[in-house]
Amino acid sequence: MSDIVISVHNLTKRFGNFTAVDHITFDVQRGEIFGFLGANGAGKTTAMRMLCGLSYPTSGSGNVAGFDIMHEGEQIKRHIGYMSQRFSLYNELTVSENINLFAGIYGLSKKETTKRATQLLERLNLHSERNTLVKSLPLGWKQKLSFSIATIHNPEVVFLDEPTGGVDPVTRRQFWEMIYETANNGTTIFVTTHYMDEAEYCSRVSIMVDGEIRALDTPTNLKQKFNAMTMDDVFRTLARGAKRGE
Amino acid sequence: MYAVEINSLSKSFGKTKALDSVTFAVERGELFGLIGPDGAGKTTLFRLLTTLLNPDNGSATIDGFDIVKDYHTIRSRVGYMPGRFSLYPDLTVEENLNFFAALFGVTVEESYDLIAPIYSHIEPFRTRRAGKLSGGMKQKLALSCALIHRPSVLFLDEPTTGVDAVSRCEFWDMLSELKTKGITILASTPYMDEASRCDRIALCDKGHILDINTPQDIVNKYDSNLYAINADNMFNLLEASRKATGVIECYPFGESHHLVTNEEFDLNHYKEELGDFKNLTITPTAPTIEDMFIKLMKR
Repeated sequence: MSDIVISVHNLTKRFGNFTAVDHITFDVQRGEIFGFLGANGAGKTTAMRMLCGLSYPTSGSGNVAGFDIMHEGEQIKRHIGYMSQRFSLYNELTVSENINLFAGIYGLSKKETTKRATQLLERLNLHSERNTLVKSLPLGWKQKLSFSIATIHNPEVVFLDEPTGGVDPVTRRQFWEMIYETANNGTTIFVTTHYMDEAEYCSRVSIMVDGEIRALDTPTNLKQKFNAMTMDDVFRTLARGAKRGE
Repeated sequence: MYAVEINSLSKSFGKTKALDSVTFAVERGELFGLIGPDGAGKTTLFRLLTTLLNPDNGSATIDGFDIVKDYHTIRSRVGYMPGRFSLYPDLTVEENLNFFAALFGVTVEESYDLIAPIYSHIEPFRTRRAGKLSGGMKQKLALSCALIHRPSVLFLDEPTTGVDAVSRCEFWDMLSELKTKGITILASTPYMDEASRCDRIALCDKGHILDINTPQDIVNKYDSNLYAINADNMFNLLEASRKATGVIECYPFGESHHLVTNEEFDLNHYKEELGDFKNLTITPTAPTIEDMFIKLMKR
């Protein structure tokens, strides 16, 4: 199996006259934590939807987890995980019901589901809460649970869309430790965030401005290149030049 | 007289103590930040101070007026921008602004000088429905509406949540400008990096205030030794460092991990213990608000 898990070439998406994503090209290696940054309206969500097999590019090509984004969207959906702050779990179902539902959607066998569910509950220390409705869990637990569920089928790559909003700094770090651990076990992480300190947790970071990727490198190299102390400074230097608003 | 004075204020919802005997005061003209995660009690406190809720216990005053007894007077003196967009999506930008002016018995013209630095950004879209604005523009309209009656105290509940780093910075610039006009501002945020934009901050968690001070004095009180560490395998470094001698804790912090140590810690001994790690570096580092918050939370 190749060690490049995401590969896109000149990926472009137009809506009428508006070019939301403009010829972006990059590769992501297995086990990398890849930060996908950009101001609101820069084209991140549109790009991410194409990578997840939810929307087709206007032109260009791409490959995710070994499948072509133009023709094999359904296969991609089965081989990736996805978590966003806005939607991940069903609030009106219990912890166990959510686990079983998503395991079923990802096509895990009954035996495999039981095994993975036990592991997951143990790891999160949620065994005593398995029959609790998800809506009554604290936000930090919900986020850890949705991340675990998004990776229940051992996907090649997991997409995290602003996963950590609103939680305290201790919980946020526990969450990033889970991300590190998952990446260490060979799952590729593709993450968007508005927290610039989190950008520094990433192996490499890309910054989108006006639909294009304007910078892509390790946080250390980016800071050097832009003569900046923090990723926040790098981001602001680039995003201030944006021509289009949200 | 303080602009805001809070005395042992408590509020519960069922069994949840949203706010547990909170006491502090805000000076006139201060830009005061409430910093804490979801569930800290920030929104409950704002709803109490803007007279939208009554406390279970304790008391508070705004410009000397009691939040229970004088709620009517307070309502015309405070401006409130809730965390959720609460304008009328089917009214245009201009209609929303006129509506709020009419509610408070003022005209847009009277307050134009105050809102101009903010409103001028969205004025070109004044005939657009509020529901059709982008996130950043909605935020500017909501702030304009909250300012239309020239409030004495302005409450902003998580105004920058979900907003990108550039727009967040611009928003804080606007607040600094409002401060120069004598408006007292209380703003809440989950972003620790915004603390430095405030005159004073209260760090809050689970209905309690952990500490109140200027951002600089809060970090000055940090009393452990703190190092930034790096190595090739950052995940394993975390686990191994936690087991090392003299380490209180170790947690991810941007591109490094932060290592909090006690008097048993010895630099050379630590390097020996972690001898297997390639490219290990360890350097003393200055604590940030976030390091302090982590320390206070664990207490």
